[in-house]
Amino acid sequence: MSYAAHFRVWRGDAGGGELQDFSVEVNEGEVVLDIIHRLQATQAGDLAVRWNCKAGKCGSCSAEINGRPRLLCMTRMSTFTEADTITVTPLRAFPVIRDLVTDVSFNYVKAREIPAFAPPKGVAAGDYRMEQIDVERSQEFRKCIECFLCQNVCHVVRDHEDNKDSFAGPRYLMRIAELDMHPLDEMDRTKQAQDEHGLGYCNITKCCTEVCPEHIKITDNALIPMKERVVDRKFDPLVWLGSRIRRRENV
Amino acid sequence: MSSTPPLRGDSAPTLPSVDASAPQRAGTDFPGRARIGERTLRTDRWWLQPLVTVTVLGIFILYTGVRIFMRDYYWVEEYSYLTPLFSPCLSDSCAPGSSHLGTPLPELPFFIPLPFLIFPILAGFRATCYYYRKAYYRSFWLSPPACAVAEPHTRYSGETRFPLLVQNAHRYFFFAASLLLLINTYDAILAFFPDTGFGIGLGSLILVANVALLWGYSLSCHSCRHITGGRLKHFSKHPLRYKAWTIISKLNARHMQFAWISLVSVMVTDLYILAVSAGWISDLRIVG
Repeated sequence: MSYAAHFRVWRGDAGGGELQDFSVEVNEGEVVLDIIHRLQATQAGDLAVRWNCKAGKCGSCSAEINGRPRLLCMTRMSTFTEADTITVTPLRAFPVIRDLVTDVSFNYVKAREIPAFAPPKGVAAGDYRMEQIDVERSQEFRKCIECFLCQNVCHVVRDHEDNKDSFAGPRYLMRIAELDMHPLDEMDRTKQAQDEHGLGYCNITKCCTEVCPEHIKITDNALIPMKERVVDRKFDPLVWLGSRIRRRENV
Repeated sequence: MSSTPPLRGDSAPTLPSVDASAPQRAGTDFPGRARIGERTLRTDRWWLQPLVTVTVLGIFILYTGVRIFMRDYYWVEEYSYLTPLFSPCLSDSCAPGSSHLGTPLPELPFFIPLPFLIFPILAGFRATCYYYRKAYYRSFWLSPPACAVAEPHTRYSGETRFPLLVQNAHRYFFFAASLLLLINTYDAILAFFPDTGFGIGLGSLILVANVALLWGYSLSCHSCRHITGGRLKHFSKHPLRYKAWTIISKLNARHMQFAWISLVSVMVTDLYILAVSAGWISDLRIVG
């Protein structure tokens, strides 16, 4: 069954812009990205939107729908009523390029700052051996599709541009956790996480977890465990003393 | 000699510089970002969750704040009911029979609450808890009030500085609170064995339920999860700790629920004992 929905879409660039109103046809089974494409085809041929797989796996079509960071392709129109006005804006934590397209290079900068996987010296890539229970904890984090919704919603950088230098954001702190929990990684990443990538800025308000389209428990399974590992290394005198006496590492 | 223009992807992206001397602004209205102006475009009732949190936590803080300064109605001698807020009672000011561990402390002046040693541990355990931190950072400090709703503060340093560095002491509060919980468990068992012999009353059942919920809250704690096995890199070398970590991880997924239910259960338990002790109601006896 079709109906005409009221859409407000932000149009503009870094110099300025505004929310523009559209009345657009909606059909059963469609998602918001379908409606944006219909707008492009019928009313706003130059509307800029980034998209690719339309299956929630490429992470390209991140935007904000009624103020909530979402994937355009995974937001069903059936979640709205016919009377709802649907407001679509670009991600608000990153510089806008045009319309719904933002410059997400902040994330690429942060990705490059994380040292790569560091296996034991002398073990060639084909010779990695590990047990499943040792590696499965960090496999959850490999589900990340790099849509950057968590980076966008995190108030540490969303509301404070000046923190972008010192804070890697939840996606890359999760990457550090993934490597730190990896059974073959030998780099000490705990102090790095706190001193260089700004783990201490995280106040665990869990917005990253709330918006993750892959339902990764970023806060509970990555950020808080990393915070506890930092406590082991930097703030817990008993653990420090224990490590001095028993000299156990890499347990 | 003309230089070759760099190919796409040749140079690493860099962050745009931020003028540190410029006035700091909160929210998403930074140069270069989409100029939308609204603090949030959310249309749902995002303010409801912080409002409920402020209300319930506010009631709890007010209730316990008043209660710990009261020196009466925390002990029902007839049925051996001792409120968890005052256990263990350690001073000569405690009601006769309520001090299971003796009274190493002298009489306390009126302005020092009887549980002045244990209350900071209980409050500290909850205040540094990872779940409650989320709850009060959002609802009391509005940092942020809800996801994708701009916060009002112009600067933000998170938990990188004193006093919020103290949050890192959570595991010590966990250890201390667990010791107190052992004593609470002993209290709950004692409530079945008053001086008159074995008996079961509504009060003893409430005490047991409260202790069970408190154990649920303590064992599901993120620090407990880390200590049990979370800090390990190789689960395969520690099968017992891995098993324990697996169980605690399941509890940990319910930590928020345990946090709220146990908060209410502590208040309900204390209120029931207050009501019985003050003679407002009589304990419903099932056996004995």
